[in-house]
Amino acid sequence: MGSTNSTLSKIPNVEELMQETGFTPAHIVRLYDRFEALDKEKTGHLRPQDFGAINRLAMNPIGDRIIGAFFSPGQETVDFHSFVRILAHFRPADKKRPKDPSMPEPVNSRTSKLKFAFQLYDQDKDGKISRAELLQVLRSMLEMQVTEEQLESIADRTIQEADLDKDDAISFEEFRKSLEKVNIDHKMSIRFLR
Amino acid sequence: MACRTCLWLLGTTFFTCTVRLVVEGTEVGATQESHPEPGVVGSNHSQAGGGHGSSISGIQIVTFKWHHVEAPYLIALWILVAGVSKMVVELNHSLTSVIPESALLIIIGWILGGIIYGADKMQTFTLTPTVFFFYLLPQVILDAGYFMPNKLFFSNMGAILVYAVIGTCWNAATVGLGLWGCWLGGAMGDIDIGLLQFLLFGSLIAAVDPVAVIAVFEEVHVNEVLFIMVFGESLLNDGVTVVLFNVFDAFVSLGGAEIDAVEIIKGIISFFVVAFGGSLVGIIFALLISLLTRCTKNIQIIEPGFIFILGYLSYLTAEMLSLSAILSIVFCGICCQKYINANMDERSVTTVRYVMKVLANGSETIIFVFLGISAIDPAVWVWNTGFILLTLLFIFVFRFIGVFLLTWILNKYRLVPLEFIDQVVMSYGGLRGAVAYGLVAMLDENKFKEKNLMVSTTLIVVYFTVMLQGITMKPLVTWLKVKRAAVTELTLAEKIQNRTFDHMLVAIEDISGQIGHNYMRDKWHNFEERWLCWFLMKPSARKSRDYIFNIFHQLNLKDAMSYVKEVRATHQVRESHDNLILYLQTQDIVPSVCLDMHEQDLTMRESEDFNAHHLLQQHLYRGRKQHRHRYSRSHLETNRDENEVQEIFQRTMRSRLESFKSAKMGVAPAKKIQTKHQKKDKPQKVRGEGTFSPFLHVRPHSHPLIGNVMCMLIKPFRGRFSSALFIQSSKCGGVKMECHLVNIQKQKSHLGLWQS
Repeated sequence: MGSTNSTLSKIPNVEELMQETGFTPAHIVRLYDRFEALDKEKTGHLRPQDFGAINRLAMNPIGDRIIGAFFSPGQETVDFHSFVRILAHFRPADKKRPKDPSMPEPVNSRTSKLKFAFQLYDQDKDGKISRAELLQVLRSMLEMQVTEEQLESIADRTIQEADLDKDDAISFEEFRKSLEKVNIDHKMSIRFLR
Repeated sequence: MACRTCLWLLGTTFFTCTVRLVVEGTEVGATQESHPEPGVVGSNHSQAGGGHGSSISGIQIVTFKWHHVEAPYLIALWILVAGVSKMVVELNHSLTSVIPESALLIIIGWILGGIIYGADKMQTFTLTPTVFFFYLLPQVILDAGYFMPNKLFFSNMGAILVYAVIGTCWNAATVGLGLWGCWLGGAMGDIDIGLLQFLLFGSLIAAVDPVAVIAVFEEVHVNEVLFIMVFGESLLNDGVTVVLFNVFDAFVSLGGAEIDAVEIIKGIISFFVVAFGGSLVGIIFALLISLLTRCTKNIQIIEPGFIFILGYLSYLTAEMLSLSAILSIVFCGICCQKYINANMDERSVTTVRYVMKVLANGSETIIFVFLGISAIDPAVWVWNTGFILLTLLFIFVFRFIGVFLLTWILNKYRLVPLEFIDQVVMSYGGLRGAVAYGLVAMLDENKFKEKNLMVSTTLIVVYFTVMLQGITMKPLVTWLKVKRAAVTELTLAEKIQNRTFDHMLVAIEDISGQIGHNYMRDKWHNFEERWLCWFLMKPSARKSRDYIFNIFHQLNLKDAMSYVKEVRATHQVRESHDNLILYLQTQDIVPSVCLDMHEQDLTMRESEDFNAHHLLQQHLYRGRKQHRHRYSRSHLETNRDENEVQEIFQRTMRSRLESFKSAKMGVAPAKKIQTKHQKKDKPQKVRGEGTFSPFLHVRPHSHPLIGNVMCMLIKPFRGRFSSALFIQSSKCGGVKMECHLVNIQKQKSHLGLWQS
């Protein structure tokens, strides 16, 4: 545990980070080790190439989108805090959390997870998933032999199913509604050591 | 139809003739014995040379030397009969989809047994423990271990161990005590039996049987976690069964009075010794196999032989040391698969895989046929309604209770809880089989006065579980699943989103370095990469292990160039109807048990809807989580995922290049672009040595994705070989893209240069 403490002391504002994300010191240390492993140049920041060096991400259809999600608009680098904050979305939800409306929504609640997923689609950040954006995602997730017409028909049908106010785009509320039967906690959680 | 009936008739007549011949042969042999033992496939008691006792009167042109060949002939004949029975069973597919193969084989066994008994007035061929445990079981278990999906197995190891150890102990204790209680209550009448014997019986009937489980689960496609639970449990519970059996056997011999705390403690210790010792033996043999295959570069034709012999030796060695033989051979198969697949020549690997399937299939067939035959023997039948019915009841009920109890405890610690339908399938799928029969046949009649009763009960239990539960498993699952499916029918959005979630999770796991539960695995991985692979794998095998290099080997340089040249990707419609077959096997994530895709599709109302759903089901990339490792006794799975991975990889690289290109064109080229080791690369083109290739980086532009232009990190291998494909950009009044494919092993280098 001595090494844990020494590592923790290297990270600025570690208390605040743990409070915000709910990670334990052990998790933070592991994430820090991973961060340092990715940050080959030892600059203290991660750039897209550092993510790109992870070979397996290239074999993921939405790998590049996920990489993009780490970078806030306009930012070129990710520091450790943002790194941890994004990863905190994937913590399993704390079941015993009392519903306190005055506290800000925790990072790993169902709403926050859904927001993260929403942002993967909504690249221009206008709060709606337009038909074009949906097409982009579909194209990357479907095999190359699927034709444009087929893609467009799938996209049309999907929007039709989910779009309740008929504006030909899916807002966050419609997105959330279309997934109300899905167990988001199960689908968007990684078993970080409990 | 007519030809089928003809085949059927041919088959039956063949049987009868064969058996007739066999029986006549044994009759000749049997009359020479004073005490005909229930022999095995062939009477091994070879009599003093064919004592026909005829004096030679002249030269005989042809003699009938039956006794010369009796033993091997009978063995071969029985194997042939088993094979033909399997053929007969497979004649009618609609029958096999309702009744599992194993049940049909047992029925054929009954028929054969009846014929033999009718001819011989006694059962000359039964399944003896020796033959079963030494010649029939090892290959089945080796097959299970060799094809075990390791990742899945080890990630669920905790749960599997809980079920195997605690579950089996629970089953043994409850069944034994329950029966004892009922006996005390007088439900069984007057039999000469005691508490310890009940406990022994409980322990041997409690174990779930790997042979039976596979046979039934082949028909019912369950999700892989559930499958690995039941399968893993059936394999690992041997450790417990062996210990309990031996301990109680010893206790019975000692008599009730000698049992005190010391003996019980010794029993508990023996469990650990047996289980871990057996696994250790298996691991040692796995190391031996890997080492041997590492050195067989020059004589590849004998490689497959080593696998089988050493696997068998691991079984026998553990048996010799009174450790758990099944655990030994399972771990031998599990630990060596990766290394031998890497070390051996492709054809050897195929041979090993195929031969293993052949042997396992053959053994399984023989086992079931003989289970049927062994029943037709009035000498062993003792009927005690109370005992038999109570046993059936108890194993059924206590299995359910045990599974539900343990699952409830386990679900507190699992991220992915086991659902109700999973638990039902797991309880219902706890089949007993030949291992129980083998164990019960090993009991000593003098110590166990009621041995025949136990044998009869075991046979009935086996038939009940294999046949009844086997037949009703699929309908039960359909019924349970249909109820659930009616409630939740996925919309398009849900389907797409589910898949997106899968990919997302995989990506985040990769980014976060799979920490947490897999932190240990990471450490193990590093250890394994550094030490074990160096020790156990051929140098050339180590090089080709890296996924990406395999892909790049196949990536045609020309393709890469043409992809980059195109500004807009054009989609080409390739008609391939074999994809239909491929994707009929994909599963949905939400329901835990899945049957054919047809049933799902047919519930769509509009045809347009149907098309969209169908398209999705067929063409969504499956993602790493869904790459299936279905274990099957009769089918060799080839890895179809490589094409998908290749395609995704190419598209990702292409899009990265394009976004880099477009950004470069769009944004003023004044940004500094750095390269590392640029000077070193020029000579590197020509030089044959592989070195640490440059890790290139480009100062990112406003678009976050621009930066990663073909970043490749190539690990330096201990071997001298490495392939590297990298693209670098250099600032020379434009962007020069150089694409090198340096294949050092073949001393070739391809260069492609183009300018954008």
